[in-house]
Amino acid sequence: MKEILKALINVFLKMPQGFVVTLKHVFKKPVTLDYPREKKPMAPRYRGRHYLERYEDGTERCVCCGLCAAACPADAIYMEPEETPNGERKAKVYEINLLRCIFCGFCEEACPEEAIFLGQEYEFSDFNRDSFIWRKEDMLVPHPRKDNPFKRIIRRVRRVYGVPDAAR
Amino acid sequence: MLEMIVASSIKVIIVMLAVLTGCAYATYMERKVVAFMQHRIGPSYAGPYGLLQPIADAIKMAFKEDVVPDKVERITYALAPIASFVPSLLVFAVVPFSADFTLVGRQVTGVISDLNIGILFVFAITSLGVYGIVLAGWSSGSKYSLMGGIRSSAQMISYEISYGLSIVGVILIANTLSLRQLVEQQDTILHWYIWKQPLGFLLYLTCAIAETNRLPFDLPEAESELVGGYHTEYSSFRFAMFFIGEYANMIAVSCVGTTLFFGGWQGPFLPAGLSVIWFVIKVFCFMFFYIWLRATFPRFRYDQLMNFGWKVLFPLAVVNLLVTGLIVLW
Repeated sequence: MKEILKALINVFLKMPQGFVVTLKHVFKKPVTLDYPREKKPMAPRYRGRHYLERYEDGTERCVCCGLCAAACPADAIYMEPEETPNGERKAKVYEINLLRCIFCGFCEEACPEEAIFLGQEYEFSDFNRDSFIWRKEDMLVPHPRKDNPFKRIIRRVRRVYGVPDAAR
Repeated sequence: MLEMIVASSIKVIIVMLAVLTGCAYATYMERKVVAFMQHRIGPSYAGPYGLLQPIADAIKMAFKEDVVPDKVERITYALAPIASFVPSLLVFAVVPFSADFTLVGRQVTGVISDLNIGILFVFAITSLGVYGIVLAGWSSGSKYSLMGGIRSSAQMISYEISYGLSIVGVILIANTLSLRQLVEQQDTILHWYIWKQPLGFLLYLTCAIAETNRLPFDLPEAESELVGGYHTEYSSFRFAMFFIGEYANMIAVSCVGTTLFFGGWQGPFLPAGLSVIWFVIKVFCFMFFYIWLRATFPRFRYDQLMNFGWKVLFPLAVVNLLVTGLIVLW
């Protein structure tokens, strides 16, 4: 008898409440995305794939100083320098092993020339391990410039101390 | 005679195709509705809005490798999916889909076979479906399957009596066992048997969910405990047969519920030839309720289910039957 009463109370009083809850949720916006067709914009300071920058005249910013490689906690950066015809230093080889990289962004912070930064892209899948070692050409591609708040601070500090801005 | 055979064959083919397509799209509907209730999108890749997803699933099922484990009882293992698939489709033989209408000068009845003991047939056949499950569980030679089978038989014993008793009230009032006559008696919305048998309807609904192994009574295939329950060891088309059987069962139970309590194909506005539309709408509401229920409530525990079956449903069904009988007598 007790069980029957409990069941009837459940059916007529409690279960409708549950049904209302689920029915309400039908009309809410889905929280998931139709992923590969629809992508979420990443946060502005998201650290995705690496880019190497050029000056406006097309020469590479990177001078192969090795500070990024020194800063890299995962030891993912390898570089070899060479001399340009007009006697400047530049990278002959500049490789980033994406399988080692932990996308911490230390290279970006370490770079005195503002040559390297991490972009928004995060889809790296490929079929063989070799293709994860990115060469200079892979990273020296046109890209949307990301405004780096750290660099803004550094530029201001440079201006205060009278150091010529490396960016120009 | 020949004409009758041809007409029946055509009807069988049409109903068969409709039911199997209905099963396929019931899976789609289930995935979509549950997805919306969980703030997801659901299948969206195959075709516009993922509408071809059931077809893709069917093709995938048909081309999968049929893995048969070493320790199965071969004959029973092979027969079990058929034993669960066939009864679920047999029910549709007696369900009246539409009113009688004339097509190119011929009188067409809206039911494949107007059996005068239609309800009895339905209940006999749906109860047979459990054999497929029990045999599958026993012959698979796997503990999960066996437990699924045991649970299924236990569940069946707890529910079958109340299931049968829940509709006796309707039969007492209607004074017929033929589904077609039952529908004809419910000619307006006020004559629907749900108004005369509300408790009977609730009992039928509850037992029907248990009968079709749907949440919250899906103990035989409780994924979180028994991997897949009775169909753990099945793959490829044999699994598909269980799967289609389950959905066909859902549709069958919805059809019978519609016929018994909601006036079947009866409805305003539509001519006799199109009355099947009312039937489909009503069955659709039933199916939506099933899916809604699935998205809302968690699974019963084994002993809770037994308690519920014996201590709640059975006494209520008996009381319902007694009260109805007394009212009919006086």
